[in-house]
Parts: sequence; structure tokens; C-alpha cells
Amino acid sequence: MALASLAILVPLCAAVLLAATTSLRRRRAADAVALGAAVAVLGLCLALVARSSDAPIVAWLGGWHPRHGVALGIDLYADPLAAGLAAFAALLTVAGLVVSMQQVDTASHLFHALVLTCLAGMVGFCLAGDLFTIFVFFELMGVSAYALSGFRVSERAPLEGALNFAITNSIGSLLLLAGIGLLYGRTGALNLAQMGVAVAQRPPDALVAVAFALVVCGFFVKAAIVPFHFWLADAYAVAPTSICLIFAGALSELGLYGVARVYFTVFSGALGGHEEAIRDVLLVLGLLTALVGGVMCAGQRHLKRMVAFATVAHMGILLCGVALLDSAGLAGVAVFVVGDGLVKAGLFVAIGALEDRRGSVDEHRLFGRGRGLPALGALFGVCGLALAALPPFGPFLGRALIEDAASHRGLDWVAPLLVVASALVGGAVLRVVRTVFLGRGAKPPPSRSAGADEAGEDPAERERPARAPVVVAFALVGLGLAWGLVPGLVDAVSGATAHFVDRPAYAAAVLRDASPHVPSVASKGPGVAAWLYGLASAGLAVVVASVRTVPEGPLRELHSGRVGDYVAWLATGAAVVAGVFALTLG
Amino acid sequence: MSVLAYLVAVWLLLVGIYGVVTSRHLVHLVTCLAVAQASTYVLLLAIGYRSGAKAPIFGDIPQSTPVVDPVVQALTLTDVVVSATVSALLLALAVQAHKRFGSVDPDELNALRG
Repeated sequence: MALASLAILVPLCAAVLLAATTSLRRRRAADAVALGAAVAVLGLCLALVARSSDAPIVAWLGGWHPRHGVALGIDLYADPLAAGLAAFAALLTVAGLVVSMQQVDTASHLFHALVLTCLAGMVGFCLAGDLFTIFVFFELMGVSAYALSGFRVSERAPLEGALNFAITNSIGSLLLLAGIGLLYGRTGALNLAQMGVAVAQRPPDALVAVAFALVVCGFFVKAAIVPFHFWLADAYAVAPTSICLIFAGALSELGLYGVARVYFTVFSGALGGHEEAIRDVLLVLGLLTALVGGVMCAGQRHLKRMVAFATVAHMGILLCGVALLDSAGLAGVAVFVVGDGLVKAGLFVAIGALEDRRGSVDEHRLFGRGRGLPALGALFGVCGLALAALPPFGPFLGRALIEDAASHRGLDWVAPLLVVASALVGGAVLRVVRTVFLGRGAKPPPSRSAGADEAGEDPAERERPARAPVVVAFALVGLGLAWGLVPGLVDAVSGATAHFVDRPAYAAAVLRDASPHVPSVASKGPGVAAWLYGLASAGLAVVVASVRTVPEGPLRELHSGRVGDYVAWLATGAAVVAGVFALTLG
Repeated sequence: MSVLAYLVAVWLLLVGIYGVVTSRHLVHLVTCLAVAQASTYVLLLAIGYRSGAKAPIFGDIPQSTPVVDPVVQALTLTDVVVSATVSALLLALAVQAHKRFGSVDPDELNALRG
């Protein structure tokens, strides 16, 4: 019971301590305190996973237990999936802090304080059982993330990236809050379980449909779903490496977690009759995101921006899994988040290490200059293949489960499109191996600068580049690969997701103090078709890697860097989603 | 009364977003964002409003007096704090933009494209 509260309090208290001692300028002490707090959160969250593996843990803050099935207090709800996601965020934060230790530009107590505040927000967001508390933690992680992405504020690109990030996400969170307000008006409750009970009592109408659309769109901004995604590449490409890996591995994924959590606790009863309509909308958005992200990823020469668009593409794949609105799809999502998040985080660290050694993150300027770095090159190659879902590694397992769940619903056409998206992402990374590390192919013309491509670099090559980030990169990628080989993983995750989608069990645990059993599910691993799709996308990635340029059409011009354009897209997208839901669900 | 309040909320949201989309000055943009955020305050307060009810402070009124919903007021207050944080951060970035690059036009920063 105290575990859940401590997991949020420890990083917050450490952050306050660090912020209060900024004037001391003790780099080592700040590193130690921050790392200690993050490791403690990781331990607490892992303990929560273990404790909740039989039955979820519900903690009522201040002892305000519900009376007669009515909740007035605020609860933290830890099931294996929520606690597991919180633990994953903590793991990436630990990795990020280790990487940041070697960096000069993050030498401030305030940096550590912001990282820990962001971690507290992420953990609280995962565990909160109350919609307004979810909003508050969402803002907490959001605001600290804006500040972190613009941490190197003396440069032009981080400043603009942070502005775009903060403005678009603020509009997203005000959509979310408007949705919460409408739901409160209808239900008179803020507790997720209580809201679910109240919403299910009446047939859904336009109000519930619009509230659902607003909440979903608010989360989609954070999750970078097309057309809400434009800010992501700007923000992630300019943040310090240690922050990029937390953002790309955990922060965006939390947006989709929010969608799933709210749908399966509040809306699944009332909107259950309209599952098909919701599924169609989410699937279209998911596939669009996967393909747009894939094409943009393959067209990038700024390496960090490339991985940022890989994140967009993979958020699309994850949304396809969430869109199935069932336990099997979510199991794939959960496996994919961890496997893919670890590999992407490792890739970001590897790019940071390359930048340290060669002073650039531009593919053209780095052409052939990676020849002396065989270990990093091999790591890039492995990442490329893993991101292209080569069996049997972590990202493959997740995508395969999503594909199987989709074809189980008769949606056989989803898998080939996901294959294309994965192949574009993996192919882009493999192309970097070909050009930068092997120096094969036509040498690009020397001085073609293009805005962001020159940003965020230190042109002088460092004398003695740090070793620790390379070790961290190998460890992260290794974990991501091994994730697909953990015995019994699919069964455990399937049990956790079967509990996650069970709205009556959630309501009983929260409102009636029942302790529903987290079911144990014996599931099949990925089928033959999924293995073939995995091999196909890895093969296709090699083909993509050998192509010189990927035609993007007008897509690139749409990513204009103008925040006004981004907000216009956001508003249009939200209006369309709200309109479609109001017409089909109301 | 109540319909008017909801219309005001929608109007504030729309003009706020229009301002953000068309803004050529960062301080103006942050103010427009604050206008859009104000729409959520109006929405929340309208949801909890009861005509003829008193403020939800029971110090000097009988317990049975009808009052407006205090929960939405607490939400609004929290939201004001959150918005203030975001505005402060954005204004700090605007100051940095002016100091270092001599421009507060979001279109002139232009480091990121494609």
C-alpha cells in the first residue's frame, strides 16, 4: 500500500532537495542523489509488479476509503501492467541519468531535479485511479519535459523545439481537461471506476461521445498520433541525448496508456456496442501514423530526427494494437513498448556516442567517417534489424502479437502495412550503417546545409570521448533483444492485460474492496504468419537501406517547423475525430 | 445563463486557438494560449453552477443551503496553477529568444524543418 505512494514521493522529494541545493554546485552529489532516487523508484515499481501479480493493489490516499460503493477520495491503482510501465519509465530514467553523468551541458542540479519531476509525473500517471489526478500528473511530466527538451536554451534549435513542444501539448492538455469537465458534468465523479459505473447507466449520447473524443485527442497529442504528431520530431531531435532516450522510450507511450486506461475503465461499458466504429477510427489513425512516420524516418539525414520519426511510426503500430480494444492486442502493445523502447533508447545513446566521437549527427557529413568505430557500427546494424522486427527479438515479439490479434479479428490487411512501416524504419537505420560506418554508395555533395541538420552539434571532436554511454547503449539494446526470449513472458503479459481490460473487476477492486484475481492465461506465441512477416520486414529493410532516397512527396513540406501550422493541424484533427465520434457513437 | 456560459467557453477556445495559429509574436501567442486555457475555467465553473446557490463555504450558512459544486472550483484552481506554470515557462523561452536571437517572431526562429 505504501509502495505506490513512495514511488511518487521519493523522486519528488529528491527533486525538491536538488532544486533547493542548486547553489552548491556539487555535480557528483547531485548525480548520486538523482541516480539513487531513480534506482529506488525502479525497485519500488518492480516490487509493485511482484506484489500485484496475483491481485491489484488499491491505495487510498489519506485513508479516504469509499463508502457504500461511492468513492470520494483519491486512489492509486497498481496492476501488473501499470506498475510494469512505471518500472520501465524508471529503468529508462536510470539509463538516462547514467548517460548524462558524462555530459557537460547537463551539469546542473536543476537538470536532475527536472528529470526526477518528470519521473514522478510518469509514475503517478501510470498509477493514478482518478481522472483529474491523471491530468495533474500528465501536466507534471509534460511541463518538466518541455523544460528538459529546451535545456540547451542557448541554441536556436532547442529553443524552437521546446516552444513547439510546449505550445502544442498545452493545447492537447486543455482538450483533455475539457473532456474531463464534460465527463464530470455527466457523472458527478472523477474516480475512473465510479465514472465507468455512472456512464454505463445510460445509453451513450453525443455528450459522452464528444467527451471521449476530447480525452482521446488530448492523449494523442502526447502520443504523437498523425495529425497531432508534428511537434515530436522538433522536440526529440534537440533534447540532450540522456533525455531523448526517456522521451522516445516511455513518454510518448504513456499517451497511449492513458487512452487504454480511460477506455477500459470508463467507456468500455457505455461504448461497448460501438466497438467497431471506434476500432475503425483508431485503426485508420494508427496505420496513417505508422506509414507517415516510416516515410519521414527513411527521408531523414539528421540521425536524432530519424529516430524521432521512428518513434512516430512505432506509436502508429502501438495504436493499431490498442485499436483492437481487446486483451490480445494490448498484450502485443505491452511487449512492443518495452522491446522497442529499449532498442530505440539504446540507439539514441549510440547516436550520442557517435556525436561525441565525430562531432556531428548529420548522415551526409558523417559519410564514411564511422569506419574506425566497428563496435558502434555493429550496434547500429543490430538496432536496424531489431527495429525492422527481425525474429525472435523484443520488437518482433510485440509486433507479431499485434498482428496475430488483428488477424484473429479478421483484419488480415493490417499486418502487411505494419511490415512496410517497420521496414522503412529499420531500413533507414541500416542505411546509416551503409553510408556512415561502411562508406558505401555515392558520396553526398559536401556543403548542403538544411536547417536543423546543423543544429545541436559540437563541431570539435572530443579528445577523450566517454565510455559509459557506449556500455549503456549495448546494455539497453541487449535487454531489448533478450526481451523477446524471456520464457513465459507472453503468458504473464496476457494475464495482466486480461485483467486490464476487465472493467467490472476494476470497479469491484476500487469501489467494493474486492481483490479480483489477475487471471493466468496460457497463450500461444506468435504464429507462422507472424514469423514470415517478421522475416519479410527485415528483408525489406535491407532493400530500403540500399536505396539512395525514399520519395516523400509533399509530406516533408507539411513538417514546416511553424507552430501555428502544427496547432492548426491539431485543431482540425480534434474536430474531425470529435465529429466522427459524435455522429457514430451518439 | 448556462447555455451562454458554454457558448462563451467554446468561443474562448476557438479565438484562442485562432490566435495561436496566426500569431507572429511569442508574447501575443502565449496570451492567446492563456485565452484558450480560460475556456476550460469557464467550462468547469459552468458545469458546477446552480442558479441561486451560494459559495460553498459553510462557516456562516446552514448546512442545508444549496451551494455551487466546490469540486469544479478546486479543479479550476488547479488548472489555473498549471496554466500559470506553462505560461511562465513559455515566456521564459520567449525572453531567451529575444535575448539571444533578437526575434520574438515564431516564424523567424526557423531552425527546424522537414
